[in-house]
Amino acid sequence: MVQVEGVEKRISPQTTQSLTMVQAVTDALGTMLEQDERIMILGEDIGKNGGVFRATEGLQTRFGEERIVDTPLSEAGIIGSSVGLAVNGMIPIAEIQFLGFIYPAFEQIATHATRIRMRTMGNYSVPLVIRAPYGAGVRAPEVHSDSSEAFFTHMPGIKVVCPASPYDAKGLLISAIKDPDPVLFLEPMRLYRAFREDVPTGVYDIEIGKGKKVVEGEDVTVIAWGAMVPVVKEAAEKAKANGIYCDVIDLRTLFPLDKEIIAESVQKTGRAVIVHEAHETSGLGNDILSIINNTSFLYLKAPVEKVTGFDVPVPFFALEDHYLPTAKRVVTAIEKVHSF
Amino acid sequence: MGNLYPIKQIVDEEGKFVDTTMKSLISKELVEQFYYHMLRIRTFDRKAKNLQRQGRLGTYALFEGQEAAQVGSALSFGESDWVFPTYRDHGALLTYGADMVRVLLYWNGRVEGNVHHGKNIFPPAVPIATQLPHAAGAAWAEKRKGTKNAAISYFGDGATSEGDFHEGLNFASVFKLPVVFFNQNNGYAISVPIEKQMNSETIAQKSVAYGIPGVRVDGNDVFAVYFETLKAFERARNGEGPTLIEAVTQRFGAHTTADDPTKYRDQDVVEENRDKVDPLLRLERFMKGNGYWDREWVQNSLATIEAEIEEAVTQMEAFPEPDVADLFDHVFETLPWPIAEQKESYLQSIGGD
Repeated sequence: MVQVEGVEKRISPQTTQSLTMVQAVTDALGTMLEQDERIMILGEDIGKNGGVFRATEGLQTRFGEERIVDTPLSEAGIIGSSVGLAVNGMIPIAEIQFLGFIYPAFEQIATHATRIRMRTMGNYSVPLVIRAPYGAGVRAPEVHSDSSEAFFTHMPGIKVVCPASPYDAKGLLISAIKDPDPVLFLEPMRLYRAFREDVPTGVYDIEIGKGKKVVEGEDVTVIAWGAMVPVVKEAAEKAKANGIYCDVIDLRTLFPLDKEIIAESVQKTGRAVIVHEAHETSGLGNDILSIINNTSFLYLKAPVEKVTGFDVPVPFFALEDHYLPTAKRVVTAIEKVHSF
Repeated sequence: MGNLYPIKQIVDEEGKFVDTTMKSLISKELVEQFYYHMLRIRTFDRKAKNLQRQGRLGTYALFEGQEAAQVGSALSFGESDWVFPTYRDHGALLTYGADMVRVLLYWNGRVEGNVHHGKNIFPPAVPIATQLPHAAGAAWAEKRKGTKNAAISYFGDGATSEGDFHEGLNFASVFKLPVVFFNQNNGYAISVPIEKQMNSETIAQKSVAYGIPGVRVDGNDVFAVYFETLKAFERARNGEGPTLIEAVTQRFGAHTTADDPTKYRDQDVVEENRDKVDPLLRLERFMKGNGYWDREWVQNSLATIEAEIEEAVTQMEAFPEPDVADLFDHVFETLPWPIAEQKESYLQSIGGD
């Protein structure tokens, strides 16, 4: 595993703990809540219950009901009141229980949270983090499994971040909380407890807008994020067995995309596969394609392949394994671009 | 249920006291302040309409008829409170102290019109009812900071049909936030009359659902509006939570300069009723009946107001051309590369700096 230089910035010497991603999220929240009184967490079932995924476990006991707030079941109310809190000096972190439930708040995000700075020429701003578990693969009831990041990357005025590991989840969430503008922080629920990683205690930042090379290879660039990263790593392992060495990029931030890491890799390999769980049409894969086109067209040795969810609503879970890109589908695409 | 919320009046259509409880607080100075501001915003509103007709202002939302509701409410709150207006509440904003040049700039498509330094004036909500949760949030922050400041959210009758109306009132009542929800029921949401908007007889009665006080006032009686809003702010400052005020009023003209009200109502009837409902005529009658009417003062006031408006229009028209960089510069604190690249490339293409 290769860390891109200059991306990680540790602020103080730390010890580490072995944490799952959801524990890393809790750790990031607790660490920042300790540092800044202005930070509040708002959401459904996040207080006493510690969140349906336990991402806020224990925080209400530590920081009190004034700061860790069980709100009414009201997504537009959560985001709308967060906008008011944010312009008036607070730093709200809103939890939307599942990304598939964010739509009632869409207007508050699209029309207000993302526009207040522009509409007031910077007189008001909205330092708001919206956390939302997203994605399929955990046998959740319908509508719990959406992966609608492209609605938000298309929306001017909000950054979109999506970690794939406990270490990145904590560092990126800390950066999101420190960011002066709205950040949508997507948490792949499929990876919440998938594995543990050493995570430093205390504060560290990971720069928003920077991807990470997770596998180094010369033959085919494979680009993914969030819950697709382990799938792609598995595919890269399989391809390696056939003598194809993949350069795997975890984008980590979906707006703004890390153009340099994409260009650097594609210019090296000349071949690329883009993998995302969301629907293909108007999906973020097309923006990545556009970056490849703009930066690396003359380096390409094969048409770029995409492996994505289909243009259908995320299905009931009995069929979700057919909807989700699999390592097998990714390997097929890798082989296709490799043998072109 | 409607009869649980009778319309509160202090001064009736004839300009006579119907409720004298507040009489001792009604000085000549206060009355003149009401009249001056109502005359000022009406003159402004008519001027803005004319400017739009002459092509010197963009589409403009008129408020003639709602002056008592806007002035009465706007004079009731303080320097550090928060105001969340709609696009029809610049009468209230002007009364509160918003810069008239900025208000004109706003209606001329200039984002500079949303920048009000020194006062907590939120940009007007253009989508309907979205500002109610914002007001709850800003008030919540004041509560956390331990101040006595409060927030007021303006909204119309149509807004009560939106989900955000409910979500804003619900949040404010659950967390007992210092908010005044100030409704101007002018009878129409563009063309749809109130009886097609809701099945409830009043808007004030909706307060019951949130367990908060609801008040229905004659929105054309500036005294009733002023004292009821003042009371609501007092409750908010005392930690007693939000209040819902319904000010029953009328918009005499169109929804905006792009609207033709004769499509949905008889404007002759509106004009015939003007004598009864016009808040300025009512105040004039009250002043005459109580020995406060001073023709010379009124004429001088009008001259001062007209000069102020002329000066503001001149300044608005002399305002520097918009800077194209502003198109890009205020979306984020630091421009992400896609915007930075688009800015650079576009400015180059138009020969900018």
